[in-house]
Amino acid sequence: MKVVLKNLTKIFQSRNGNGKEVIAVNNFDFEIPDGKLIGLLGPSGCGKSTTLFMISGLLKQSSGQIFFGDDDVTNLPAEKRGVGLVFQNYALYPHMTVKQNIMFPLQNQKMPKAEIMQRVVEAAKLVQIDELLDRKPSELSGGQQQRVAIARALVKSPNVLLLDEPLSNLDARLRLQTREEIRRIQRDTNVTTIFVTHDQEEAMSISDLIVVMKLGVVQQIDEPQKVYDNPVNLFVAKFLGTPPINVFRGKIENKTLYIGDEKIMKFDHDDQEVYVGIRPEGFIVNDKGVLSTKFVSREVMGRDSSVVSKSDASETPIIRSIVDSDKVINPDENGMVHFDIKPNKIFVFNRETEERLLSGVNTKNAEEAPVAETPVEETVTTEEIPEVVDASEAPVEAPKKTTTKKTTTKKTVAKKTTKNAEEEK
Amino acid sequence: MVDSKQQWKAWLYLLPALILLAVFTVYPIINTVRISILEGYKPLAAIGGERYPLGIGNFTKVISYKGFTTCLTNTLLLCVLTVPISCFLALLVSVCLNSINRLGKVLQTIYFLPYVTNTIAIGMVFAMMFNIVGLKQVNVAEYLSTGGQYTIYNIYTDVNGEKWGFVAQSWGIINNLLQLFGINPVNWINSGGNINGGSSTYVANIAVMVVYIVWNALPFKILILLGGLQSVNKQYYDAAKIDGTSRVRTFWRITVPLLSPMLAYVIITGFIGGFKEYSSIVGIFGEGMGPSGNGSLQTIVGYIYDALKTDSYGTASAASLILFGIILIVTLINLYVSSKKVHY
Ligand SMILES: Nc1ncnc2c1ncn2[C@@H]1O[C@H](COP(=O)(O)OP(=O)(O)OP(=O)(O)O)[C@@H](O)[C@H]1O
Ligand SMILES: [Mg+2]
Repeated sequence: MKVVLKNLTKIFQSRNGNGKEVIAVNNFDFEIPDGKLIGLLGPSGCGKSTTLFMISGLLKQSSGQIFFGDDDVTNLPAEKRGVGLVFQNYALYPHMTVKQNIMFPLQNQKMPKAEIMQRVVEAAKLVQIDELLDRKPSELSGGQQQRVAIARALVKSPNVLLLDEPLSNLDARLRLQTREEIRRIQRDTNVTTIFVTHDQEEAMSISDLIVVMKLGVVQQIDEPQKVYDNPVNLFVAKFLGTPPINVFRGKIENKTLYIGDEKIMKFDHDDQEVYVGIRPEGFIVNDKGVLSTKFVSREVMGRDSSVVSKSDASETPIIRSIVDSDKVINPDENGMVHFDIKPNKIFVFNRETEERLLSGVNTKNAEEAPVAETPVEETVTTEEIPEVVDASEAPVEAPKKTTTKKTTTKKTVAKKTTKNAEEEK
Repeated sequence: MVDSKQQWKAWLYLLPALILLAVFTVYPIINTVRISILEGYKPLAAIGGERYPLGIGNFTKVISYKGFTTCLTNTLLLCVLTVPISCFLALLVSVCLNSINRLGKVLQTIYFLPYVTNTIAIGMVFAMMFNIVGLKQVNVAEYLSTGGQYTIYNIYTDVNGEKWGFVAQSWGIINNLLQLFGINPVNWINSGGNINGGSSTYVANIAVMVVYIVWNALPFKILILLGGLQSVNKQYYDAAKIDGTSRVRTFWRITVPLLSPMLAYVIITGFIGGFKEYSSIVGIFGEGMGPSGNGSLQTIVGYIYDALKTDSYGTASAASLILFGIILIVTLINLYVSSKKVHY
């Protein structure tokens, strides 16, 4: 069943009446296609849980609408929405056995006993806990508890399955394993699923679409790879990817992009101060390369190794670039290493708004401009670098969604800045 | 860890408390046991150096005493009636209090007031509320013709052939309320009038005591249960709501089990308190503890005090130990049952 959110907003009033309100979710507008797994991603406190609770009906929205399929469920109480919700800490009833926990939602529906038992066993088999039915939650491992919680959510065949950071209590290995399992279960049941997490890797690895949020505002919605390859602003670029993107202070002058004093490439845009983000895998070691940084160390991690270096123009304390392990690095007499940059791994952002700038696009008509989305080929020869201006020159038109998203984001951000300014007064 | 050389310091700091405990708790307990097995013990004579033979005479005396069965039944009856009622009401009130946001704190304080008010004072207020003042003499014919609706007692005919009788009068709020609905005032607490020979019925006495004890026991229980409720993770309720659980089912299947440790505690302490019921009865009925004879509300603790008053230290001690035994058994049963039902 598809889920449609229309301008969904949640404002928490302050308790002590000092007039300060929290906009936990701001104008969330999105249609979640049927049977897809959506990763809701963002830092702590950005409104992920709030969104989830509004969809489930546990929290009442301040404004906006929610549709399940074609039904308006905006004012339907939680118990009538038929959602399955897995809480962050599972909320398994501690006094009931696994079986009783899973049965509980069905007993509410006054289902015949035989059918209940059959469905409980089915759900338990699906999440592979059929051996554990007679245990109490306290006698289970974290991963097992989590699967029980999923079984309890699935057993009533929900319209929508909502998972609130279900893996945050698990250790790294179990987390890896269970997220695959969630993916498998979602594929098996084909239930529309929203999965909340603040771990970008988790979201990227199992979601069909990811939604990146910041301070209640949706930043970008797209397939994980596309968001990674084509972030709409500095926040999204920084949020996705391990190791994280390297950020430099730079400028555009005479249609040329500079980092520090070094000419990086042609960039057809108005003159301005910018941030330049370069993905760690976007560096190519080349003694005549366009970017020089001070070599610090090299960390070898099997197939790849990372070169750690420093630069005065860097926003981050160190620059981390990933190169082949067998590549020889020879810092020059000043201890500098030189890199060429893969054009599809470099992103330019306005210094003030932190919005993505695209070459060949003037700021004044940015909103109508198509956004590039397909990356250029992976292998780029070093000679090409200076010529290729930006990923945006790749002749592929962006999907509409990204474009519209970008506009709304722009507007809200603008609004936010004025609001912040007011608050500072 | 305290250094063993320093341990004497620790003990030194504990000493004041230990001395008080020894003098006022440990010694009396041991002495009670000692006295209970000395036959015919008299304190004054004992100080004078008289020796008493060991034996179980005090116990047999207590058990064979006719009034002791009354004490036992009264105590048991009060326990059995008040503990379930008060626990259930406390549960209800605390669940309601817990779901109120605005006036919750104020109401909590109000509900807690009985706990900090003196038992005897409350008893006197209750005596007022349940009071019946006396009988008013009325002319039967006149009373009936003016629409009198209450029972006329002790009707007699005077020399002129006129019929006279007595109608109960009350200013106690409970009886006034009853009268509002046209119900006869009831002699609740053996106060005034000589309806039916002047004494109140056993049922009326017990009813008053049950109301009083329940009301008096509520604050403590509410306090404990409310604390328990507030520590229950709200997500259980959210989960239940998502699953479409009705309120009643949520209460019985989630709230009660999650509260069961506190409920067990409240029930056990309720029984212990019930078995020690005494001062409240004195507060309402006076030292006579209700009408003499069948209607008496004498309890085990009351019996112990009476024995002390008459210098029968031996029987008092024996009765205390019997009471201790009863409470122990009941508590053990409680613990056994709760070990099956309580989810920690
Ligand atoms: N009941 C509430 N009253 C006031 N503010 C609230 C309330 N619940 C949440 N908030 C605020 O709303 C914002 C979003 O909260 P939310 O719980 O949705 O964050 P989240 O994205 O789920 O974060 P996390 O990853 O830490 O779980 C936060 O700033 C939070 O302080
Ligand atoms: Mg959250």
